Order: sequence, then structure tokens, then C-alpha cells
Amino acid sequence: MRSPKRTPSTPQTPSARSGDRSLLRDSSLVWLASGIVGVSFGAVSVAGGLPLWVPVLMSVVVYAGSAQFSAVGVLLAGGGPLAAAATGLLLNTRTAAFSLAVAEILGTSRAARFLGAHLVTDETVAFALAQSDPVRQRRAFWISGLGLFAVWNTGVLAGALAGGALGDTARYGLDAAFPAVLIALVLPTLRADAAVRRCALLGAALALAVTPAVPAGVPVLLALAGLVLHRKPAAGPEGPAGPAGPAGPAGPAHEEAAV
Amino acid sequence: MNATVVVILALAVGTYAFRLVGPVLHGRVEIPARVQELASAGAVVLLVALLATGALTEGGGFAGWARPAGVLVGGLLAWKRAPFVVVVVGAAATAALLRLAGVA
Repeated sequence: MRSPKRTPSTPQTPSARSGDRSLLRDSSLVWLASGIVGVSFGAVSVAGGLPLWVPVLMSVVVYAGSAQFSAVGVLLAGGGPLAAAATGLLLNTRTAAFSLAVAEILGTSRAARFLGAHLVTDETVAFALAQSDPVRQRRAFWISGLGLFAVWNTGVLAGALAGGALGDTARYGLDAAFPAVLIALVLPTLRADAAVRRCALLGAALALAVTPAVPAGVPVLLALAGLVLHRKPAAGPEGPAGPAGPAGPAGPAHEEAAV
Repeated sequence: MNATVVVILALAVGTYAFRLVGPVLHGRVEIPARVQELASAGAVVLLVALLATGALTEGGGFAGWARPAGVLVGGLLAWKRAPFVVVVVGAAATAALLRLAGVA
């Protein structure tokens, strides 16, 4: 649904159609890479001795690449079900923070929120937050999210059926593609916002420093400590606002355009 | 077999619960503007931490030279405002070619 109003603060908004095309084009690269990673997940799981339905079911209901790889890794290494679930959950803790960041973007209807929540991944959040205006953020989230879900699950099924036909996917350099995707998506924000840049640099340094010493999943969570450098803007008192404070309308300006 | 189903379901329910935090809170609780601001800054912090650890580490150790070199090329291309496709393909191709040349 198109907003009838032109927001004066975004004069250079491209037309929705050409915007969608560029979103599709950029997303499709991430889909392709994820699809191949999905194929390797299916293949690794089945080659390791798990029945076909395990990677397939897991990909649909858990739907989180790194957590799936870790959980299956722990299972195949004989680490036991409890350790497998705990490792995967620890890795996915960050999605709580992500879901808070994109809650506004998903949409207001019950269906959009409950379906959209399942599509919250590193890639969709990065894609959505990289867009400049709310309408485009929502389109980016749903276009990248629905496509990624379809391609990921198709890839896993194909990989589980085909076995290890692709071989070691490190050969294709995909492991370098994903961090590069994230760089491309966060770079505009990092350029524009010095406060976020400071937090992100401190957070990344912390995460790297503790990586050898703590379980997977913890380093990235510890990076959130970098937010201590995020100073409150000059207006208003320091510290969290009490409930008794003069609560201004927290709703964002574009709320009325949302359907 | 049953244990595997339990793993999958526990992981699925827990993960979905994490993902629901934002959408559920958003409709019901008035989230202070400052918290929303920190949440979106926090998302960028998490993404940068993910890309840093993803570029440099693997299983708690150094990931080898091919991957960071590929990510570096991708990062430089992104810095030069190259199109998204060039960034992604550049990073993957660099890592793949280095591995082909015998660099781990």
C-alpha cells in the first residue's frame, strides 16, 4: 500500500517500483549465497548421519543458520541434546535485540508481527536498517526476509537430498561474502553516525578480544557493552527517564502513514 | 531420535521467543524513545561485531588469511561505494582465488 503523502524530509525518494527492483537485485545476491550455505548445511547434516528430516525440519522451525550449524555440530560430535539446544539458543539470543530494533518496521497487524518475527535474521535486519525511510525499510525487510526463507529452506532440502555433491563450500569463498555483505549494509550508518561508530568499534574490539576465551555467541552479546559510549543527546536529563517524567508522544512521525 | 526432536523444538520455541520480544513489546508497552534509539544503535553494534568476528575468527581461533583478505577487499569496495554486487562477488572471489593459490 502506498502512502498518499509525500514526506518533505525525504526529497530524493526513488519511485517505489525502481526501489523494489534495486532491493530485489541486492537481496538476490544474499539469497544466492544463503542458498549455497543452506545446501551445505543439508549435506553436512545428512553426511554426518542425521536423517533427512532433521536438517529440513530444523531449517523451517528454527530458521537460523549459525545456530543450526552449531546445534548439528554438537549433535554429530556426540555432545548431547541439552548442549546442542543450549549452544543454538545462546547464538540466537541476539535476535531479541534485533527484534526490538525492527519491531517498528515489521508492520502493525498481528499477522505481520507474528510472521515477521520469524524472519528476523542478521541479514534481514541489516538490510532493513540500511534503508533511509520507513516505507523502504519495511519493503526491504519483507522482500529480503521472504526470499531468504524460501531460498534457505529449498537449499537445505536440496543439500540433504544431494549429499556432499558441492564438497567444501569454503572453496567458493562464501565465508568471506557474508562479512562483506554486512560491511556494505552498515557502512552508510557508520559513516553518518559518529556515536554509533564509536559504540560499534568498541563492541567489535571487545568481541574479538574475548572470542578465544568464551563460548560461541557470547562475544557478539558482549559487544553490546560498546553502547556505553552512546551518549544521550544534549536535550533532556542524563540517565533513564523515570515513569513519572513528562512522557512525550513516543510514536514516530510516520505512524499515521502506516496501514 | 526423540532427543533430536526435543532439541529442534526447544531451539525453535526459544528462538521464536527471542524474536517476539520486539514485536510483542512494541504494541503493548510504551517503549521510551531513548530505549528505541539504543535498540537500533545496538543492532548496528551487533552487526559490526558479527562481521568482525565472522571475518577474523573460526571456532574461537584465527580464520586464516584468505577470508580476512576477501572481506578486506569487499570492505574497500564498499568504502569506494561500489555496487553491492561488486562488493559481495569481490570478497568471495578474492577468498576463493587465494585458496586456489594455496593460501589458507
